[in-house]
Amino acid sequence: MLGVLLPASLALGWELVVWFGWSNGRLVPPPSRVLVEIAELAHSGELVRHITATLWRVGLGFLFGVVAGTLLGAISGYWSLARRLLDPTVQALRAIPSLAWVPLFILWLGILETSKNALIAVGVFFPVYLGVMGAILSVDRKIVEVGRTFRLSGFAMIRRILLPAVLPAYVVSLRVGLGLGWMFVVAAELIGAAEGLGYLLLDGQQLGKPSQILAAIVIFAVLGKLTDWLIEIGSAPFLRWQDAFSRAAGA
Amino acid sequence: MLALDRVSKTYPNGVEALARFSAEIRQGEIIAIIGGSGCGKSTLLRAIAGLDRASSGSVTLDDEVITSPHAKIGIIFQEPRLLPWLSVADNIGFGLADLPAIQRREKVARALERVGLADKAQAWPRELSGGQAQRVAIARALVPQPEVLLLDEPFSALDAFTRRDLQDHLLDLWADTRPTLILVTHDVDEAVVLADRVLVMRPRPGRLFDQIGINLGRPRDRNSPLFENFKRSVLTSLDRSLDRSVPDRDATEGPGRAMWW
Repeated sequence: MLGVLLPASLALGWELVVWFGWSNGRLVPPPSRVLVEIAELAHSGELVRHITATLWRVGLGFLFGVVAGTLLGAISGYWSLARRLLDPTVQALRAIPSLAWVPLFILWLGILETSKNALIAVGVFFPVYLGVMGAILSVDRKIVEVGRTFRLSGFAMIRRILLPAVLPAYVVSLRVGLGLGWMFVVAAELIGAAEGLGYLLLDGQQLGKPSQILAAIVIFAVLGKLTDWLIEIGSAPFLRWQDAFSRAAGA
Repeated sequence: MLALDRVSKTYPNGVEALARFSAEIRQGEIIAIIGGSGCGKSTLLRAIAGLDRASSGSVTLDDEVITSPHAKIGIIFQEPRLLPWLSVADNIGFGLADLPAIQRREKVARALERVGLADKAQAWPRELSGGQAQRVAIARALVPQPEVLLLDEPFSALDAFTRRDLQDHLLDLWADTRPTLILVTHDVDEAVVLADRVLVMRPRPGRLFDQIGINLGRPRDRNSPLFENFKRSVLTSLDRSLDRSVPDRDATEGPGRAMWW
Protein backbone atom coordinates (compact mmCIF):
# COMPACT_ATOMS: atom_id res chain seq x y z
CA MET A 1 0.00 0.00 0.00
CA LEU A 2 2.94 2.30 0.69
CA GLY A 3 3.72 2.24 -3.02
CA VAL A 4 0.41 3.96 -3.84
CA LEU A 5 1.29 6.96 -1.67
CA LEU A 6 3.65 8.68 -4.10
CA PRO A 7 1.60 8.53 -7.31
CA ALA A 8 -1.65 9.26 -5.44
CA SER A 9 -0.30 12.36 -3.73
CA LEU A 10 1.29 13.59 -6.95
CA ALA A 11 -2.04 13.18 -8.76
CA LEU A 12 -3.93 14.87 -5.96
CA GLY A 13 -1.33 17.66 -5.79
CA TRP A 14 -1.58 18.34 -9.51
CA GLU A 15 -5.36 18.26 -9.31
CA LEU A 16 -5.24 20.95 -6.61
CA VAL A 17 -2.70 23.07 -8.50
CA VAL A 18 -5.05 23.21 -11.50
CA TRP A 19 -8.09 23.62 -9.24
CA PHE A 20 -6.60 26.75 -7.66
CA GLY A 21 -5.74 28.12 -11.09
CA TRP A 22 -1.94 28.14 -10.58
CA SER A 23 -1.67 26.27 -13.86
CA ASN A 24 -4.15 25.93 -16.69
CA GLY A 25 -3.30 22.23 -17.04
CA ARG A 26 -3.55 22.41 -20.80
CA LEU A 27 -0.46 20.33 -21.63
CA VAL A 28 -0.59 18.25 -18.45
CA PRO A 29 -4.26 17.71 -17.72
CA PRO A 30 -5.25 16.89 -14.12
CA PRO A 31 -6.48 13.38 -13.35
CA SER A 32 -10.12 14.49 -13.27
CA ARG A 33 -9.94 15.65 -16.88
CA VAL A 34 -8.35 12.34 -17.96
CA LEU A 35 -11.13 10.45 -16.21
CA VAL A 36 -13.75 12.62 -17.86
CA GLU A 37 -12.10 11.89 -21.22
CA ILE A 38 -12.25 8.15 -20.55
CA ALA A 39 -15.89 8.43 -19.49
CA GLU A 40 -16.78 10.34 -22.66
CA LEU A 41 -15.01 7.82 -24.85
CA ALA A 42 -16.80 5.03 -23.06
CA HIS A 43 -20.13 6.76 -23.37
CA SER A 44 -19.83 7.24 -27.11
CA GLY A 45 -18.89 3.60 -27.61
CA GLU A 46 -15.54 4.63 -29.08
CA LEU A 47 -13.62 3.18 -26.19
CA VAL A 48 -14.94 -0.35 -26.63
CA ARG A 49 -14.16 -0.21 -30.34
CA HIS A 50 -10.56 0.88 -29.78
CA ILE A 51 -9.95 -1.55 -26.96
CA THR A 52 -11.42 -4.44 -28.94
CA ALA A 53 -9.26 -3.64 -31.94
CA THR A 54 -6.09 -3.48 -29.86
CA LEU A 55 -6.88 -6.55 -27.77
CA TRP A 56 -7.65 -8.53 -30.90
CA ARG A 57 -4.29 -7.56 -32.44
CA VAL A 58 -2.32 -8.36 -29.30
CA GLY A 59 -4.23 -11.60 -28.83
CA LEU A 60 -3.68 -12.85 -32.34
CA GLY A 61 -0.04 -11.78 -32.49
CA PHE A 62 0.59 -13.28 -29.05
CA LEU A 63 -1.01 -16.55 -30.09
CA PHE A 64 1.11 -16.92 -33.23
CA GLY A 65 4.27 -15.81 -31.45
CA VAL A 66 3.71 -18.24 -28.58
CA VAL A 67 2.90 -21.19 -30.80
CA ALA A 68 5.95 -20.62 -33.01
CA GLY A 69 8.25 -19.82 -30.10
CA THR A 70 7.12 -22.84 -28.09
CA LEU A 71 7.42 -25.23 -31.00
CA LEU A 72 10.82 -24.11 -32.21
CA GLY A 73 12.11 -23.60 -28.66
CA ALA A 74 11.04 -27.11 -27.71
CA ILE A 75 12.63 -28.63 -30.80
CA SER A 76 15.89 -26.74 -30.26
CA GLY A 77 15.95 -27.60 -26.57
CA TYR A 78 15.14 -31.26 -26.96
CA TRP A 79 17.14 -32.14 -30.02
CA SER A 80 20.72 -30.96 -30.20
CA LEU A 81 21.04 -31.43 -33.96
CA ALA A 82 18.11 -29.09 -34.52
CA ARG A 83 19.64 -26.63 -32.07
CA ARG A 84 22.95 -26.58 -33.94
CA LEU A 85 21.08 -26.14 -37.19
CA LEU A 86 18.44 -23.66 -36.11
CA ASP A 87 19.67 -21.65 -33.18
CA PRO A 88 22.42 -19.59 -34.88
CA THR A 89 19.90 -18.34 -37.44
CA VAL A 90 17.32 -17.49 -34.80
CA GLN A 91 19.93 -15.69 -32.73
CA ALA A 92 21.03 -13.70 -35.77
CA LEU A 93 17.43 -12.70 -36.50
CA ARG A 94 17.01 -11.75 -32.86
CA ALA A 95 19.83 -9.25 -33.20
CA ILE A 96 17.72 -7.28 -35.68
CA PRO A 97 15.65 -4.63 -33.88
CA SER A 98 12.13 -5.92 -34.47
CA LEU A 99 10.84 -2.53 -35.62
CA ALA A 100 13.22 -2.74 -38.56
CA TRP A 101 10.87 -5.34 -40.00
CA VAL A 102 8.02 -2.87 -40.26
CA PRO A 103 8.66 -1.55 -43.81
CA LEU A 104 9.16 -5.06 -45.10
CA PHE A 105 6.05 -6.40 -43.40
CA ILE A 106 4.00 -3.55 -44.84
CA LEU A 107 5.33 -4.29 -48.34
CA TRP A 108 4.73 -7.99 -47.96
CA LEU A 109 1.55 -8.09 -45.95
CA GLY A 110 -0.11 -4.76 -46.59
CA ILE A 111 -0.86 -1.91 -44.22
CA LEU A 112 -3.87 -3.61 -42.63
CA GLU A 113 -4.12 -6.22 -39.90
CA THR A 114 -1.75 -8.93 -41.13
CA SER A 115 1.39 -6.82 -40.94
CA LYS A 116 0.46 -5.67 -37.42
CA ASN A 117 -0.14 -9.22 -36.24
CA ALA A 118 3.14 -10.32 -37.77
CA LEU A 119 5.08 -7.56 -36.01
CA ILE A 120 3.54 -8.43 -32.64
CA ALA A 121 4.16 -12.13 -33.24
CA VAL A 122 7.83 -11.44 -33.94
CA GLY A 123 8.12 -9.49 -30.71
CA VAL A 124 6.50 -12.30 -28.72
CA PHE A 125 8.40 -15.08 -30.48
CA PHE A 126 11.93 -14.41 -29.24
CA PRO A 127 11.45 -14.37 -25.47
CA VAL A 128 9.22 -17.45 -25.69
CA TYR A 129 11.68 -19.29 -27.91
CA LEU A 130 14.62 -18.47 -25.66
CA GLY A 131 12.64 -19.24 -22.53
CA VAL A 132 11.50 -22.67 -23.68
CA MET A 133 14.87 -23.69 -25.07
CA GLY A 134 16.77 -22.47 -22.03
CA ALA A 135 14.33 -24.16 -19.68
CA ILE A 136 14.64 -27.51 -21.42
CA LEU A 137 18.42 -27.27 -21.54
CA SER A 138 18.63 -26.48 -17.84
CA VAL A 139 16.38 -29.32 -16.64
CA ASP A 140 18.32 -31.08 -13.90
CA ARG A 141 20.02 -34.18 -15.31
CA LYS A 142 19.57 -35.83 -11.93
CA ILE A 143 15.81 -35.50 -12.10
CA VAL A 144 15.77 -36.90 -15.63
CA GLU A 145 17.74 -39.86 -14.28
CA VAL A 146 14.99 -40.50 -11.75
CA GLY A 147 12.62 -40.74 -14.69
CA ARG A 148 14.98 -43.18 -16.38
CA THR A 149 15.22 -45.43 -13.33
CA PHE A 150 11.43 -45.68 -13.44
CA ARG A 151 11.76 -46.58 -17.13
CA LEU A 152 9.97 -43.53 -18.45
CA SER A 153 10.68 -42.94 -22.08
CA GLY A 154 9.65 -40.61 -24.85
CA PHE A 155 6.22 -39.22 -24.21
CA ALA A 156 5.99 -40.27 -20.56
CA MET A 157 9.32 -38.62 -19.83
CA ILE A 158 8.14 -35.40 -21.43
CA ARG A 159 4.79 -35.42 -19.65
CA ARG A 160 5.92 -36.45 -16.20
CA ILE A 161 9.40 -34.91 -15.94
CA LEU A 162 10.22 -32.33 -18.62
CA LEU A 163 6.90 -30.50 -18.81
CA PRO A 164 6.52 -29.79 -15.10
CA ALA A 165 10.22 -28.97 -14.85
CA VAL A 166 10.11 -26.29 -17.56
CA LEU A 167 6.73 -24.84 -16.60
CA PRO A 168 7.94 -22.08 -14.23
CA ALA A 169 10.41 -20.72 -16.77
CA TYR A 170 7.80 -21.05 -19.50
CA VAL A 171 5.31 -18.92 -17.60
CA VAL A 172 7.96 -16.26 -17.08
CA SER A 173 8.75 -16.26 -20.80
CA LEU A 174 5.03 -15.94 -21.62
CA ARG A 175 4.80 -12.90 -19.38
CA VAL A 176 7.87 -11.31 -20.93
CA GLY A 177 6.47 -12.11 -24.37
CA LEU A 178 3.14 -10.54 -23.51
CA GLY A 179 4.89 -7.38 -22.32
CA LEU A 180 6.68 -7.14 -25.64
CA GLY A 181 3.40 -7.83 -27.43
CA TRP A 182 1.89 -4.73 -25.80
CA MET A 183 4.95 -2.71 -26.75
CA PHE A 184 4.74 -3.75 -30.37
CA VAL A 185 1.02 -3.18 -30.70
CA VAL A 186 1.64 0.48 -29.93
CA ALA A 187 4.34 0.62 -32.57
CA ALA A 188 2.09 -1.10 -35.09
CA GLU A 189 -0.83 1.19 -34.40
CA LEU A 190 1.28 4.35 -34.48
CA ILE A 191 2.41 3.42 -37.96
CA GLY A 192 -1.03 3.34 -39.43
CA ALA A 193 -4.37 2.38 -38.01
CA ALA A 194 -7.90 3.67 -38.10
CA GLU A 195 -8.76 2.32 -34.67
CA GLY A 196 -7.07 1.01 -31.58
CA LEU A 197 -5.50 2.56 -28.51
CA GLY A 198 -2.37 3.42 -30.49
CA TYR A 199 -4.58 5.34 -32.91
CA LEU A 200 -6.03 7.25 -29.94
CA LEU A 201 -2.49 8.23 -28.96
CA LEU A 202 -1.67 9.50 -32.43
CA ASP A 203 -5.03 11.19 -32.83
CA GLY A 204 -4.59 12.96 -29.50
CA GLN A 205 -1.21 14.25 -30.58
CA GLN A 206 -2.44 15.51 -33.94
CA LEU A 207 -5.50 17.20 -32.47
CA GLY A 208 -3.57 18.56 -29.50
CA LYS A 209 -5.60 16.67 -26.90
CA PRO A 210 -3.17 15.55 -24.17
CA SER A 211 -6.07 14.27 -22.08
CA GLN A 212 -6.88 11.75 -24.81
CA ILE A 213 -3.23 10.64 -24.94
CA LEU A 214 -3.15 10.19 -21.21
CA ALA A 215 -6.46 8.34 -21.29
CA ALA A 216 -5.01 5.88 -23.81
CA ILE A 217 -1.86 5.46 -21.71
CA VAL A 218 -3.91 4.75 -18.60
CA ILE A 219 -5.96 2.15 -20.45
CA PHE A 220 -2.77 0.55 -21.81
CA ALA A 221 -1.46 0.27 -18.27
CA VAL A 222 -4.68 -1.27 -17.00
CA LEU A 223 -4.96 -3.76 -19.86
CA GLY A 224 -1.28 -4.72 -19.68
CA LYS A 225 -1.52 -5.37 -15.98
CA LEU A 226 -4.80 -7.23 -16.39
CA THR A 227 -3.57 -9.62 -19.08
CA ASP A 228 -0.37 -10.26 -17.17
CA TRP A 229 -2.46 -11.04 -14.13
CA LEU A 230 -4.55 -13.47 -16.19
CA ILE A 231 -1.42 -15.47 -17.04
CA GLU A 232 -0.39 -15.36 -13.42
CA ILE A 233 -3.64 -16.69 -12.00
CA GLY A 234 -4.04 -19.10 -14.91
CA SER A 235 -0.71 -20.72 -14.15
CA ALA A 236 -0.93 -20.49 -10.36
CA PRO A 237 -2.60 -23.90 -9.82
CA PHE A 238 0.28 -25.60 -11.65
CA LEU A 239 2.99 -23.70 -9.80
CA ARG A 240 1.72 -24.05 -6.27
CA TRP A 241 4.78 -26.15 -5.37
CA GLN A 242 6.98 -23.18 -6.19
CA ASP A 243 4.69 -20.76 -4.48
CA ALA A 244 4.92 -22.65 -1.24
CA PHE A 245 8.65 -22.18 -1.42
CA SER A 246 8.68 -18.45 -2.08
CA ARG A 247 6.11 -17.88 0.61
CA ALA A 248 8.13 -19.82 3.15
CA ALA A 249 11.38 -18.15 2.17
CA GLY A 250 10.09 -14.65 1.44
CA ALA A 251 7.42 -13.47 3.86
CA MET B 1 20.57 -64.00 -7.85
CA LEU B 2 22.55 -61.08 -9.18
CA ALA B 3 25.66 -62.07 -11.09
CA LEU B 4 28.35 -59.61 -12.09
CA ASP B 5 30.67 -61.13 -14.63
CA ARG B 6 33.91 -59.28 -15.39
CA VAL B 7 32.12 -55.94 -15.56
CA SER B 8 34.43 -53.28 -17.01
CA LYS B 9 33.88 -49.66 -17.87
CA THR B 10 36.18 -47.47 -19.89
CA TYR B 11 34.97 -43.93 -20.48
CA PRO B 12 35.28 -42.33 -23.92
CA ASN B 13 38.17 -40.20 -22.61
CA GLY B 14 40.15 -43.39 -22.01
CA VAL B 15 39.81 -43.49 -18.22
CA GLU B 16 39.41 -47.08 -17.07
CA ALA B 17 36.92 -46.69 -14.23
CA LEU B 18 36.20 -50.33 -13.61
CA ALA B 19 38.14 -53.44 -14.54
CA ARG B 20 36.78 -56.97 -14.61
CA PHE B 21 34.60 -56.80 -11.53
CA SER B 22 33.00 -60.13 -10.74
CA ALA B 23 30.73 -61.09 -7.86
CA GLU B 24 27.71 -63.22 -7.17
CA ILE B 25 25.11 -61.81 -4.83
CA ARG B 26 22.40 -63.95 -3.27
CA GLN B 27 18.79 -62.78 -3.21
CA GLY B 28 18.24 -60.90 0.04
CA GLU B 29 21.90 -60.38 0.78
CA ILE B 30 23.12 -57.00 1.99
CA ILE B 31 26.36 -55.95 0.33
CA ALA B 32 28.42 -52.91 1.17
CA ILE B 33 30.91 -51.67 -1.39
CA ILE B 34 33.66 -49.56 0.08
CA GLY B 35 36.87 -48.10 -1.30
CA GLY B 36 38.95 -45.00 -1.84
CA SER B 37 37.80 -42.28 -4.16
CA GLY B 38 37.94 -43.11 -7.85
CA CYS B 39 37.66 -46.83 -7.26
CA GLY B 40 34.65 -47.16 -9.51
CA LYS B 41 32.03 -47.75 -6.83
CA SER B 42 29.46 -45.48 -8.38
CA THR B 43 30.32 -46.65 -11.89
CA LEU B 44 29.61 -50.19 -10.80
CA LEU B 45 26.31 -49.22 -9.23
CA ARG B 46 25.23 -47.33 -12.34
CA ALA B 47 26.05 -50.36 -14.46
CA ILE B 48 23.92 -52.59 -12.24
CA ALA B 49 21.11 -50.04 -12.36
CA GLY B 50 21.26 -50.04 -16.15
CA LEU B 51 21.84 -46.28 -16.21
CA ASP B 52 25.22 -46.75 -17.90
CA ARG B 53 26.24 -49.72 -20.00
CA ALA B 54 29.35 -51.65 -19.14
CA SER B 55 32.08 -51.55 -21.81
CA SER B 56 32.44 -55.29 -21.42
CA GLY B 57 31.24 -58.00 -19.10
CA SER B 58 27.67 -58.45 -18.00
CA VAL B 59 25.21 -57.88 -15.20
CA THR B 60 22.65 -60.64 -14.89
CA LEU B 61 19.62 -60.72 -12.63
CA ASP B 62 17.80 -64.05 -12.51
CA ASP B 63 19.18 -65.03 -15.93
CA GLU B 64 18.16 -61.69 -17.43
CA VAL B 65 20.95 -59.49 -18.75
CA ILE B 66 20.61 -55.92 -17.52
CA THR B 67 21.34 -53.25 -20.11
CA SER B 68 18.78 -50.60 -19.19
CA PRO B 69 16.79 -49.71 -16.06
CA HIS B 70 14.75 -52.70 -14.92
CA ALA B 71 11.54 -52.97 -12.94
CA LYS B 72 13.16 -55.33 -10.44
CA ILE B 73 16.00 -52.92 -9.66
CA GLY B 74 15.52 -49.75 -7.66
CA ILE B 75 18.07 -47.10 -6.84
CA ILE B 76 18.50 -44.45 -4.17
CA PHE B 77 20.95 -41.66 -4.86
CA GLN B 78 23.09 -39.56 -2.59
CA GLU B 79 20.55 -36.75 -2.89
CA PRO B 80 16.86 -37.54 -2.44
CA ARG B 81 16.05 -36.31 -5.98
CA LEU B 82 12.40 -35.85 -5.19
CA LEU B 83 10.29 -34.20 -7.86
CA PRO B 84 9.61 -30.74 -6.45
CA TRP B 85 6.24 -30.40 -8.22
CA LEU B 86 4.76 -33.52 -6.64
CA SER B 87 3.53 -33.84 -3.08
CA VAL B 88 5.30 -36.31 -0.81
CA ALA B 89 2.58 -38.89 -1.44
CA ASP B 90 2.75 -38.47 -5.23
CA ASN B 91 6.54 -38.73 -5.11
CA ILE B 92 6.28 -42.06 -3.31
CA GLY B 93 3.69 -43.28 -5.81
CA PHE B 94 5.76 -42.12 -8.81
CA GLY B 95 6.76 -45.64 -9.84
CA LEU B 96 3.24 -47.01 -9.50
CA ALA B 97 1.65 -45.15 -12.39
CA ASP B 98 0.47 -48.41 -13.94
CA LEU B 99 -1.60 -49.39 -10.93
CA PRO B 100 -5.23 -48.34 -10.53
CA ALA B 101 -5.55 -45.26 -8.34
CA ILE B 102 -7.10 -47.07 -5.38
CA GLN B 103 -4.32 -49.63 -5.11
CA ARG B 104 -1.73 -46.94 -5.59
CA ARG B 105 -3.17 -44.81 -2.82
CA GLU B 106 -3.28 -47.81 -0.51
CA LYS B 107 0.36 -48.70 -1.16
CA VAL B 108 1.49 -45.11 -0.77
CA ALA B 109 -0.41 -44.72 2.48
CA ARG B 110 1.18 -47.89 3.85
CA ALA B 111 4.64 -46.73 2.79
CA LEU B 112 4.11 -43.30 4.36
CA GLU B 113 3.06 -44.98 7.57
CA ARG B 114 6.10 -47.24 7.39
CA VAL B 115 8.60 -44.39 7.05
CA GLY B 116 6.82 -42.36 9.70
CA LEU B 117 5.75 -39.50 7.46
CA ALA B 118 1.99 -40.06 7.32
CA ASP B 119 1.42 -36.48 8.46
CA LYS B 120 3.55 -35.15 5.61
CA ALA B 121 1.62 -36.85 2.80
CA GLN B 122 0.43 -33.59 1.26
CA ALA B 123 3.58 -31.57 2.01
CA TRP B 124 5.88 -30.37 -0.76
CA PRO B 125 9.37 -31.84 -0.88
CA ARG B 126 10.83 -28.41 -0.13
CA GLU B 127 9.17 -28.44 3.25
CA LEU B 128 11.02 -31.57 4.38
CA SER B 129 14.28 -31.84 6.28
CA GLY B 130 17.19 -33.68 4.66
CA GLY B 131 16.50 -36.87 6.61
CA GLN B 132 12.78 -36.77 5.88
CA ALA B 133 13.42 -36.24 2.18
CA GLN B 134 15.77 -39.21 2.06
CA ARG B 135 13.15 -41.34 3.81
CA VAL B 136 10.68 -40.37 1.09
CA ALA B 137 13.28 -41.37 -1.50
CA ILE B 138 13.68 -44.75 0.21
CA ALA B 139 9.93 -45.24 0.26
CA ARG B 140 9.68 -44.26 -3.42
CA ALA B 141 12.30 -46.85 -4.35
CA LEU B 142 10.82 -49.61 -2.16
CA VAL B 143 7.15 -49.19 -2.96
CA PRO B 144 7.35 -50.98 -6.35
CA GLN B 145 8.95 -53.88 -4.39
CA PRO B 146 12.22 -54.24 -6.28
CA GLU B 147 14.26 -57.41 -5.94
CA VAL B 148 17.45 -55.41 -5.83
CA LEU B 149 17.83 -52.01 -4.21
CA LEU B 150 20.95 -50.03 -4.99
CA LEU B 151 22.05 -47.24 -2.68
CA ASP B 152 24.73 -44.76 -3.74
CA GLU B 153 26.13 -43.21 -0.55
CA PRO B 154 22.56 -42.54 0.52
CA PHE B 155 23.26 -41.11 3.94
CA SER B 156 26.53 -39.28 3.36
CA ALA B 157 24.92 -35.84 3.19
CA LEU B 158 23.18 -36.26 6.55
CA ASP B 159 24.35 -35.51 10.08
CA ALA B 160 25.57 -38.36 12.27
CA PHE B 161 22.39 -38.77 14.30
CA THR B 162 20.09 -38.77 11.30
CA ARG B 163 22.42 -41.16 9.54
CA ARG B 164 22.28 -43.71 12.37
CA ASP B 165 18.55 -43.34 12.57
CA LEU B 166 18.15 -43.97 8.84
CA GLN B 167 20.52 -46.94 8.87
CA ASP B 168 18.36 -48.65 11.46
CA HIS B 169 15.28 -47.59 9.58
CA LEU B 170 16.60 -49.04 6.34
CA LEU B 171 17.22 -52.43 7.98
CA ASP B 172 13.74 -52.32 9.40
CA LEU B 173 12.23 -51.68 5.98
CA TRP B 174 14.49 -54.25 4.38
CA ALA B 175 13.06 -56.90 6.71
CA ASP B 176 9.59 -56.42 5.19
CA THR B 177 10.36 -57.88 1.77
CA ARG B 178 14.08 -58.69 2.04
CA PRO B 179 15.32 -57.32 -1.26
CA THR B 180 18.98 -57.57 -2.14
CA LEU B 181 20.69 -54.37 -0.96
CA ILE B 182 23.86 -53.09 -2.56
CA LEU B 183 25.16 -50.09 -0.73
CA VAL B 184 28.04 -47.93 -1.84
CA THR B 185 29.56 -46.10 1.09
CA HIS B 186 32.76 -44.57 2.36
CA ASP B 187 31.72 -45.00 5.95
CA VAL B 188 33.25 -48.13 7.54
CA ASP B 189 30.82 -47.96 10.43
CA GLU B 190 27.89 -47.94 8.04
CA ALA B 191 29.28 -50.88 6.05
CA VAL B 192 29.74 -53.03 9.15
CA VAL B 193 26.43 -52.17 10.74
CA LEU B 194 24.42 -52.97 7.61
CA ALA B 195 26.19 -55.53 5.47
CA ASP B 196 26.39 -59.30 5.35
CA ARG B 197 29.45 -58.90 3.20
CA VAL B 198 31.76 -55.97 2.58
CA LEU B 199 33.46 -55.71 -0.81
CA VAL B 200 36.61 -53.60 -0.72
CA MET B 201 37.62 -52.02 -4.01
CA ARG B 202 40.91 -50.47 -5.03
CA PRO B 203 41.31 -47.58 -7.45
CA ARG B 204 42.97 -46.97 -10.82
CA PRO B 205 41.47 -48.94 -12.38
CA GLY B 206 38.58 -49.71 -10.04
CA ARG B 207 38.60 -53.39 -9.15
CA LEU B 208 37.66 -55.78 -6.41
CA PHE B 209 40.39 -56.10 -3.77
CA ASP B 210 38.94 -58.04 -0.88
CA GLN B 211 35.71 -59.33 0.59
CA ILE B 212 34.94 -59.54 4.26
CA GLY B 213 31.97 -61.47 5.58
CA ILE B 214 30.34 -59.82 8.59
CA ASN B 215 29.12 -62.79 10.60
CA LEU B 216 27.18 -60.83 13.17
CA GLY B 217 23.53 -61.26 14.12
CA ARG B 218 21.10 -58.37 13.92
CA PRO B 219 20.42 -55.96 15.51
CA ARG B 220 24.10 -55.21 15.81
CA ASP B 221 25.60 -53.50 18.80
CA ARG B 222 27.89 -50.77 17.51
CA ASN B 223 29.86 -50.83 20.74
CA SER B 224 30.54 -54.54 21.05
CA PRO B 225 34.17 -55.74 20.77
CA LEU B 226 33.18 -58.06 17.92
CA PHE B 227 31.78 -55.13 15.98
CA GLU B 228 35.02 -53.25 16.62
CA ASN B 229 36.95 -56.24 15.31
CA PHE B 230 35.07 -56.28 12.04
CA LYS B 231 35.51 -52.55 11.68
CA ARG B 232 39.23 -52.93 12.22
CA SER B 233 39.53 -55.65 9.60
CA VAL B 234 37.63 -53.57 7.04
CA LEU B 235 39.87 -50.60 7.84
CA THR B 236 43.00 -52.69 7.51
CA SER B 237 41.84 -54.03 4.19
CA LEU B 238 41.03 -50.51 3.02
CA ASP B 239 44.50 -49.32 3.99
CA ARG B 240 46.10 -52.18 2.14
CA SER B 241 43.92 -51.52 -0.92
CA LEU B 242 45.38 -48.03 -1.13
CA ASP B 243 48.95 -49.22 -0.63
CA ARG B 244 50.39 -49.74 -4.09
CA SER B 245 53.09 -52.12 -2.88
CA VAL B 246 50.42 -54.67 -1.97
CA PRO B 247 49.72 -56.84 -5.01
CA ASP B 248 46.21 -57.74 -6.17
CA ARG B 249 44.90 -60.94 -4.76
CA ASP B 250 42.35 -63.15 -6.33
CA ALA B 251 39.43 -61.86 -4.35
CA THR B 252 36.76 -63.63 -6.31
CA GLU B 253 36.79 -66.67 -4.05
CA GLY B 254 34.47 -67.16 -1.13
CA PRO B 255 34.26 -64.82 1.83
CA GLY B 256 36.24 -67.30 3.92
CA ARG B 257 39.39 -66.13 2.18
CA ALA B 258 38.89 -62.72 3.74
CA MET B 259 40.19 -63.89 7.09
CA TRP B 260 43.70 -63.89 5.75
CA TRP B 261 45.46 -62.30 8.68
